[in-house]
Amino acid sequence: MRILVCVKQVPDMAARFRPNGAGTWYGEEDLVFRMNEYDENAVEQAIQVKERLGGAPEVTALSIGPARVTEALRKALAMGCDRALHVPDDAAAERDPWQIASIIARVAQDRGFDLVLTGMQSQDRGSAQVGPFVAALLGFSCATTVVAFELGDGRVRVKRELEGGARSALEVALPAVVTCQLGLNVPRYPTLPNIMKAKKKPLDAVAPGGEPADARAATARFFEPRRRAAGQVIEGALDDVAARLATILKERASVA
Amino acid sequence: MKTLLVCEVREGKLRESWGELLAFAGALGGERELLLIGDEGLAPAVTGRLWVAPPSPRGEFDPAWHQAAVLEAARRAEADRIAFVHSSWGWDVAPRVAAGLGAAQVSDVVAIAEGGFETGCCNGKMRRIVAPRTERVVVTIQPGAFPARGGAEGTPAIERIAPAYRPDGVTFTGYEAAAPRGVDLARAPVIVSAGRGVGKKENVEIVAALAKALGGELGASRPVVDAGWVDHGRQVGTTGQTVAPKLYVACGISGAIQHLAGMKRAEFVVAINKDKDAPIGEVANVLAVGDLVQLLPAITARLRR
Ligand SMILES: Cc1cc2nc3c(=O)[nH]c(=O)nc-3n(C[C@H](O)[C@H](O)[C@H](O)COP(=O)(O)OP(=O)(O)OC[C@H]3O[C@@H](n4cnc5c(N)ncnc54)[C@H](O)[C@@H]3O)c2cc1C
Ligand SMILES: Nc1ncnc2c1ncn2[C@@H]1O[C@H](COP(=O)(O)O)[C@@H](O)[C@H]1O
Repeated sequence: MRILVCVKQVPDMAARFRPNGAGTWYGEEDLVFRMNEYDENAVEQAIQVKERLGGAPEVTALSIGPARVTEALRKALAMGCDRALHVPDDAAAERDPWQIASIIARVAQDRGFDLVLTGMQSQDRGSAQVGPFVAALLGFSCATTVVAFELGDGRVRVKRELEGGARSALEVALPAVVTCQLGLNVPRYPTLPNIMKAKKKPLDAVAPGGEPADARAATARFFEPRRRAAGQVIEGALDDVAARLATILKERASVA
Repeated sequence: MKTLLVCEVREGKLRESWGELLAFAGALGGERELLLIGDEGLAPAVTGRLWVAPPSPRGEFDPAWHQAAVLEAARRAEADRIAFVHSSWGWDVAPRVAAGLGAAQVSDVVAIAEGGFETGCCNGKMRRIVAPRTERVVVTIQPGAFPARGGAEGTPAIERIAPAYRPDGVTFTGYEAAAPRGVDLARAPVIVSAGRGVGKKENVEIVAALAKALGGELGASRPVVDAGWVDHGRQVGTTGQTVAPKLYVACGISGAIQHLAGMKRAEFVVAINKDKDAPIGEVANVLAVGDLVQLLPAITARLRR
């Protein structure tokens, strides 16, 4: 069995974002990059399948982007993936989901994957499109927003998360694309020995396999929303802030 | 321009979000028609054309059937815009439809903009205008971004369609209700919630202590629940509980849309966050800037005096 996990590297969301020169995406200066949170759940799921099947499945991590994304791939290897594929692409950040999906599908095409795992969405773009597009391009079955996952008899039993915490249960025939939601599992931290081991695992650059598909959409403008004037902002010395807040809370809680 | 609005049905009921789709179509302008995939008896009370496809023979949730029904209705209606709500159903079916049409998809639209659609990005901190380059466009609208105007409008002109269908590898086996909740946050007058900003499990205690000092309940954002630090029964948001307390205190919570959806009906919101620009500031009546690990015990101590 072969499993592909798609990993995107995104900025730490605690950052302050500023538009790039063209005003079409964020500028990368001063940003710290890490693995997309949802993709950590995807990597963890792939490794759990591998462990449950006695190590037999081969797990490949794939990322499209500039050289920095190899750090996310090293992390995936340190978590337990067997090998990594890097599609070098300095323009990846501004490609639309269809183009990204086309590149993934091309790389996946002849490599015989039974299962493709992606995040439910990327934290910076939040489109939730790449996974289902990859499924459409490869002709795989697809289940999205999965919070429970069990593999057996050539299919996966998954539960999709719905509003209000309800779930829908599905059986999905392989080959399949499954998009992973937060809470599916608790992603492991790579241990130091595994980080060392990961340095020796294969991380290969692969060509995107021709010109990318035409973009179907583009970001015309990236900007900071004008935030509705919030209420009162309290800042300053700790004791002062605590005192003022205690007064407000006491008053509000007593009328509650 | 003609927009096809795709209604959502779950557990045999029409979801009320069709009113938001109608408001979106109103804001967009041009013609609009609706599509219902389900029993005709569920038809929304609205004037104009309503395409109706029966529910799938393989159960209510059948993405291949839904995709086929939307493609058929879009073709018959000659729609160039197809709109869903960005719900767990909408974001699953929309990309299948976009792929089937060769159309651009714009997800989680919050507003209509010159030359495209405005959507949130970077966890809601930033916005972008997405300009589609294809003639037909699929959009999913953010729940709450286009409030329904209310009021039943009339009777639809129903046209039945039969999707040309090839079942795929996805088989629906049933719904599962949300896990029973130990606490009913919906009735609590005071809720103090812990977010990822608490940093570690032990710090949930200082949030719980403040909740107790205020006579309120402990709530939590999702990452805190996913990490197993707080029970799911206390999660506030789209996939947790919807609350409407008199006082809501958000400790170390950034204010993602899925969290806001669960607490925006609170009467008074106090946020404690080290980031002055955190989006929670948009809905907070009071934003205290600082480290909760230091602030909370100091506040609790004062309240106990
Ligand atoms: C389909 C779907 C459904 C979802 N449903 C829900 C839901 O029901 N409920 C929910 O909450 N989320 C939900 N989410 C997740 C949501 O998108 C956010 O990821 C989540 O709400 C973020 O939680 P947070 O604010 O606690 O964490 P973060 O976004 O990581 O924010 C942490 C905040 O803490 C602040 N902070 C850090 N350290 C300190 C400190 N020492 N002192 C003070 N402040 C500090 C930071 O400045 C930051 O603002 C859902 C997501 C999806 C995709
Ligand atoms: N550049 C990329 N490289 C590899 N995988 C990606 C990339 N962009 C998106 N993905 C995958 O697609 C998922 C959904 O992304 P999106 O459609 O952008 O929200 C992510 O969680 C990743 O698993």
